[in-house]
Amino acid sequence: MPLMPLTVKQAVSRRRGQVLVGPVDLTLTPEGVTIVIGPNGSGKTSLLRMLHGIARLNAGTIDWACPLEEAREKQAFVFQTPVMMRRSVRDNLAYPLLLGGTPKQEARNKAEHWAEKVGLGNFLTRQATVLSGGERQKLAIARALIRDPEVLFLDEPCAALDGRAMREVEEILQTAAKGGTRLVMSTHNMGQARRLATEVVFMLNGKIHECAPAATFFETPSTPQAHAFLRGDIVE
Amino acid sequence: MSDLWNGLCQAFWMVVTLDADLVEITLRSLRVTLSALLIASLIALPLAAFLSVRRFRFRRATIAVMNALMGLPPVVVGLLVYIVLSRSGPFGVFGLLFTPTAMIIAQVIIIVPLIASIAHQSLRELWSDYHDLLISMNATQSQRVRAILWDGRRALLTAALAGFGRAIGEVGAIMVVGGNIDHVTRVLTTAIALETGKGDFALALSLGFVLIAMAIAVNIAIHWLTRTEQEGRW
Ligand SMILES: Nc1ncnc2c1ncn2[C@@H]1O[C@H](COP(=O)(O)OP(=O)(O)OP(=O)(O)O)[C@@H](O)[C@H]1O
Ligand SMILES: [Mg+2]
Repeated sequence: MPLMPLTVKQAVSRRRGQVLVGPVDLTLTPEGVTIVIGPNGSGKTSLLRMLHGIARLNAGTIDWACPLEEAREKQAFVFQTPVMMRRSVRDNLAYPLLLGGTPKQEARNKAEHWAEKVGLGNFLTRQATVLSGGERQKLAIARALIRDPEVLFLDEPCAALDGRAMREVEEILQTAAKGGTRLVMSTHNMGQARRLATEVVFMLNGKIHECAPAATFFETPSTPQAHAFLRGDIVE
Repeated sequence: MSDLWNGLCQAFWMVVTLDADLVEITLRSLRVTLSALLIASLIALPLAAFLSVRRFRFRRATIAVMNALMGLPPVVVGLLVYIVLSRSGPFGVFGLLFTPTAMIIAQVIIIVPLIASIAHQSLRELWSDYHDLLISMNATQSQRVRAILWDGRRALLTAALAGFGRAIGEVGAIMVVGGNIDHVTRVLTTAIALETGKGDFALALSLGFVLIAMAIAVNIAIHWLTRTEQEGRW
């Protein structure tokens, strides 16, 4: 059963009574790359976590086209600060496969293949916790893609990457998108947003301030705040 | 002064020549403490993992009790075990008092809270690291527990070693429940207490050497484990 479209209605996520994000109305179509932008603290991380189902949904609804159990299996998430399991690079990559019941040898081979793909081929046996920030990001992305998710949430995956690594990652993401993985990604890098986005969600103060096709948003943003944000001004 | 010097020389000699008494007592100490350690680990480590990943009503209370038990004076534990195992006590029929089994029971009670508490601290930290990731990956409850037990294995071994150190050097409780009977329940610490009382410094000191060597070995092992935690070579 297909996962998309995703329908979000009046969804709110709170923490100790304080609203982190919402109320949010949003529909994610089966195709494309959604880029979430907005100033620090505007709720990008909270939105992604809520959609993915790891932040509590206090009000409203988030409906996938298939039952939630099934939907959970087909998503992956790359955290703003990548979580490194205290294992080797290879074991980090193989872990999600093993969870899903893939035979050991197959998981291992696939892990090595993906390590190669993100340029970590020489670090297979290295403990993941000693990797550099950029290497961690790449490992986290590969680990998320390894189960071939239908939807991949990425929270500022390129924040710690240099120009070349960013290009490599963008290529990987674009390949994944072409292969049918739906990307939902936050970023502070407007160049990147322009390169990848087919749709833009602009967050402000925990709400979706504007949501539009990429071309429309970047050419003619409809709110003055989005306009200011794109110009690089401070948005209040 | 020359007494002490003589004692030292003799003690050293006894260690080098593997004096029969010394070896017997050392082996008994190891047998009792390792048995206690095994049993205590089987109780404490799963308990620690459970306390780390599960939220339940009495979690905080359980942790508080565990920490409080850690401060229990061993000699009191000995007294309680004595009462329970004594002829007129509830488990009197088994005739366990003044046997190595009684000593093992006492040691288990002493080190379970210690091991559980140390293990819990590191597993909690590990779990707060892994929490989001494992939930995001849809890991089942038992997969989560297995992941933190496996990735926390060095910390768990450290906790177990700390338990070993505490148990092997403990004297109050096992003196009370074991009775320090020659060839039956005499172990390193109780023998040292006895020989010192008798003024036989040679044997006491040689036993002391063995005990110190074990303590140092345990600490080196803990130190080494903590160091490898970062690099994770095993
Ligand atoms: N666990 C939490 N408890 C309390 N407040 C939180 C928590 N997590 C986030 N917040 C608050 O919610 C707001 C939105 O945070 P969020 O992390 O979603 O922002 P963001 O858009 O991802 O910012 P950044 O660009 O800095 O990553 C912030 O004001 C933040 O302080
Ligand atoms: Mg964020």
